[in-house]
Amino acid sequence: MGVSCEWLPNHGYRREGVDLANTTADIRVAYVANLARLELDEASCALFQRQLETVVEYVRQIGELNLDGIEPTSHGQPVYNVFRADEVRPGLSHDRVLANAPAKMGEEFKVPRIVE
Amino acid sequence: MALDIDQLTVRQAVVGLRTGAYSSVALTQAMLEAIATRNPAVNAFVWLDEADAMRQAEAADRARQAGQQGVLLGVPLAVKDVLNVDGHPCSCGSKILRGYTALYDATAIARLRAAGALLVGRTNMDEFAMGSTTENSAFGPTRNPVALDHVAGGSSGGSAAAVAGGMALAALGTDTGGSIRQPASFCGCVGLKPSYGRISRYGLVAYASSLDQIGPITRTVADAALLLGVMAGRDALDATTLDQPVPDYNAALTGDLRGLRLGLPREYFVDGMDPEVAVAVRAATARCRELGAQIVEVSLPHTRYAVATYYILAAAEASANLARFDGVRYGFRATGEGAPIDMYKQTRAQGFGCEVQRRIILGTYVLSSGYYDAYYLRAQKVRTLIRRDFDAAFAQCDALLTPVAPTPAYRMGETMDDPLHMYLGDIFTVTANLAGVCGLSVPCGRTAGGLPIGLQVLGPAFGEERVLRVGHAYEQSRQGEAL
Repeated sequence: MGVSCEWLPNHGYRREGVDLANTTADIRVAYVANLARLELDEASCALFQRQLETVVEYVRQIGELNLDGIEPTSHGQPVYNVFRADEVRPGLSHDRVLANAPAKMGEEFKVPRIVE
Repeated sequence: MALDIDQLTVRQAVVGLRTGAYSSVALTQAMLEAIATRNPAVNAFVWLDEADAMRQAEAADRARQAGQQGVLLGVPLAVKDVLNVDGHPCSCGSKILRGYTALYDATAIARLRAAGALLVGRTNMDEFAMGSTTENSAFGPTRNPVALDHVAGGSSGGSAAAVAGGMALAALGTDTGGSIRQPASFCGCVGLKPSYGRISRYGLVAYASSLDQIGPITRTVADAALLLGVMAGRDALDATTLDQPVPDYNAALTGDLRGLRLGLPREYFVDGMDPEVAVAVRAATARCRELGAQIVEVSLPHTRYAVATYYILAAAEASANLARFDGVRYGFRATGEGAPIDMYKQTRAQGFGCEVQRRIILGTYVLSSGYYDAYYLRAQKVRTLIRRDFDAAFAQCDALLTPVAPTPAYRMGETMDDPLHMYLGDIFTVTANLAGVCGLSVPCGRTAGGLPIGLQVLGPAFGEERVLRVGHAYEQSRQGEAL
């Protein structure tokens, strides 16, 4: 299916240093919900739109800070390149895993038809 | 005489079991009876298999007779519904994991089991740990056992309510932005969020992987130290755990604060805080000075950006982590006609509650093309500034004293229609997760209306001995008082 990009801001991809204070809180819940694979009804969509506009407006305050030269932190502790021996370990049995499946056929997960 | 577990601590139970004052079967029976009587009003437990609990207790008693020791042999613990315990359900408070049975033990669970502990029941939580009240659960809300018209806090509200409500000696929680410390504060018990990387997250259903930590909710600081010591340490199954030695945390509980410098971050004592909370925390600070600590004022200047930073990062990570729930391999699947993509969308819309959907949408938005740098990358940089704030503060003092939350427990329903209002209540707890440092919540008083108030002790990364020492000395100084 085609993905519409009409909702993206006119100035295109926002680069480093873009000032959040000079843009608007332009979250569009109906569009983002589709990206997130959530089928919202109109009422939920309107409610989330109102609530998330408030939240986005609030979180945009990080745009006030000058972050030039600041490195991003992805984890609280500096841990890099952790390796372990590439050894075969026992896994879970098909039976136990499939016992949690909402639908199964033989030793496989059953899903809706994907080929027309 | 029936065994009274209302006030019983883990340490007392360890002694009682070891000396033969009672068996694990008797102790577990007392716990099950307390749950049967008290849980209907509180809804702390969402699942309980009494026969399974008794089988574990009988096995522990047999092991003791066979000469086995185990630091927690025969002690029943309650478990938040987000940690995998082999053979028990793991629903994360969500309809989307309805009927899911865990296939393995989380590492923290395996270590408790190896120490002889029993894993009893599943405690309620905000769905996927997203919330601060334990009202956002597919199993209905948990009520505060201290005041039933108030929330227990969240997201580990069921665990805190079980411990405070006389239904468990101790329970496990998880803390991504305050989810152990805040419910412990609201219910009047002790809660410890260890440093990031101290306890393995393997087998914890991820919410925000760079912030999540497992920790104990207990009746005393000494019990928190005991459980931490069992669970802590490097795990090959979680590459973010650090290869740091696990000290004897019990040895840190000296009972005095002589020679310690404790910092008061001025940004944590602000207008708008509940005056009774401010008074109680100030009084706790004065008590720490009497116990020998030197009190200094410090600054964490980027505190005001912490909630915004947290909700960008946590929502982003959540949107990625929760992508796995699509109705294919486990849990709930929406029925109906259509292509797989329609099945995914209907399953997720019907399976996730409102708060989870909101955070997935927010997280998808901040990660989407054109917005990633503006929100997510910026938030990661602000995280660096918040971490540096703590580095600078801990250069001036050994630990920090703050309130856990700006208010005591909310009334039921108070924050339900206003997510931002609820988010702002996390201001004093999210910073520790962002910086990766450790934090302890200890009861420090009650409001005139009887609601518990918590003191937060923050320590540097892998500084658990310090926060436990401070919390323990303070707690001991107030022994006998109704907190």
